[in-house]
Amino acid sequence: MKVQINSDRCQGHGRCYDLASDLFGDDEEGFGQVIGDGLVSEDFEREARLAVANCPERAIDLVEES
Amino acid sequence: MSVDERFPRDFRENREDGPPVGTRNEIITGPVSDWATDFSHLEPEWAADPYPIQDELRQRCPIAHTGRFGGGWLPTRYEDVSAIAYDTERFSSRAIVMSNFRPPKEIAPIGGSPPISSDPPFHHDARKLLLPAFTKTAVGRQEAATRAFCHSLIDGFEGRDVVDAAADYAQHIPMRVIADMLGFPPEDGPQFRVFVENTLEGINLPPEERIERMTALFDYLMDQVHDHLDNPRDDLTSYLINAELYGRKLEPSHVVGTLVLLLIAGIDTTWSAIGSSLWHLARNPADRERLVTQPELLPTAMEEFLRAYAPVTMARLVREDMHWRGVEMKAEDWILLSFPAANRDAAQFDRAGEVIIDREVNRHAAFGLGIHRCVGSHLARMELRVALEVWLERVPEFSLADAAVVTWSTGQIRGPRSLPLRIGTGD
Repeated sequence: MKVQINSDRCQGHGRCYDLASDLFGDDEEGFGQVIGDGLVSEDFEREARLAVANCPERAIDLVEES
Repeated sequence: MSVDERFPRDFRENREDGPPVGTRNEIITGPVSDWATDFSHLEPEWAADPYPIQDELRQRCPIAHTGRFGGGWLPTRYEDVSAIAYDTERFSSRAIVMSNFRPPKEIAPIGGSPPISSDPPFHHDARKLLLPAFTKTAVGRQEAATRAFCHSLIDGFEGRDVVDAAADYAQHIPMRVIADMLGFPPEDGPQFRVFVENTLEGINLPPEERIERMTALFDYLMDQVHDHLDNPRDDLTSYLINAELYGRKLEPSHVVGTLVLLLIAGIDTTWSAIGSSLWHLARNPADRERLVTQPELLPTAMEEFLRAYAPVTMARLVREDMHWRGVEMKAEDWILLSFPAANRDAAQFDRAGEVIIDREVNRHAAFGLGIHRCVGSHLARMELRVALEVWLERVPEFSLADAAVVTWSTGQIRGPRSLPLRIGTGD
């Protein structure tokens, strides 16, 4: 499983890096950034789902790796 | 050192207090006959409790109209509020306080208080100037001082059984924080309160009085700009004075307009959020006790308070006549863009009318949606979290002293302005 941020939609609310700081950080203007390759280990699946469920702009996607 | 000639003392441009440009309409006040056709966010019934009105409209007439303020619309469904927030082509931010005055079209795309009053493409560049100062990391540098200040306010409660959580606590926190960030004298707080009320609550005053009051705000800000020109320092005011856009320093109206925005929008919004949260906890002892024993729940609870008691409603102006989702909008009609109403739409939120402090899925729109997302949202969240943490740690027991004397602000920012709480165990 992998997280992605749609940067066209992200407005820098920061819910992702508040709720899932292992998976997301912010840039110098406060926009969300995926840390590393975005791969989500089992330990962080809950965090990933919380970030998706709380993004006001619906800018985060959780992609199942095939 | 060369004198900065952008800021002559008599500087003023196309603002409500400037030359007689823009459009004024007849001021209509008094009881609302029908909320679907005559709404007003400035009447006492709305201030006291807008939610039943919004809920009823969402069922009966989801895009309500009013002839007041020269004509306007009130969408109450989340999907309509979000569509308007995202549609900067058809809905302009040239004015964002619904009033009896429409500024001249020539002030677009900058507007009176950039970037909140700006439209694309200018908006993006004006906003970019502010973003680095308001990231979570940047505002984190204010946290220790904010916490110490909250403690000092509660130290002041010593010996009292009843305190006003709005007037003695909530209002002071954002005033102090924004004064520090702008580099304004911290003792000017009482003046800030007057400026905020004049800007946001004085909407239906006669034009002369409104102009006089806005002039006082501009005079104050000009004094601050001049003080910073004489004594530059490491704060947002000096930053704006020196900032450049398109290879030149900012227009003076841009500098002062942004100062208006940061001062006004930074204060009563957060003051309202802190006050509403404490009001809720004072009336709901089970939630209060749970947060005292489980402080780790506070970040989640806080988002729920922001959803259910969202303090901020914005406004837009319709650009052109159009048929929009079943209504006939006219150019220059207002849109009262109620994020509070969107946040209570049952089509978007389960149990929308209930306050559930451990709500896990919460895509609320308290800080807006789209390009105008509140630039101070990270600052507001820091202040709200610290204010509630300190309060719950120091004053774990509290209840409403007298529900009858709780008063609420009127207009687009909603929060308690008088909130007497009995503190301690009351024995």
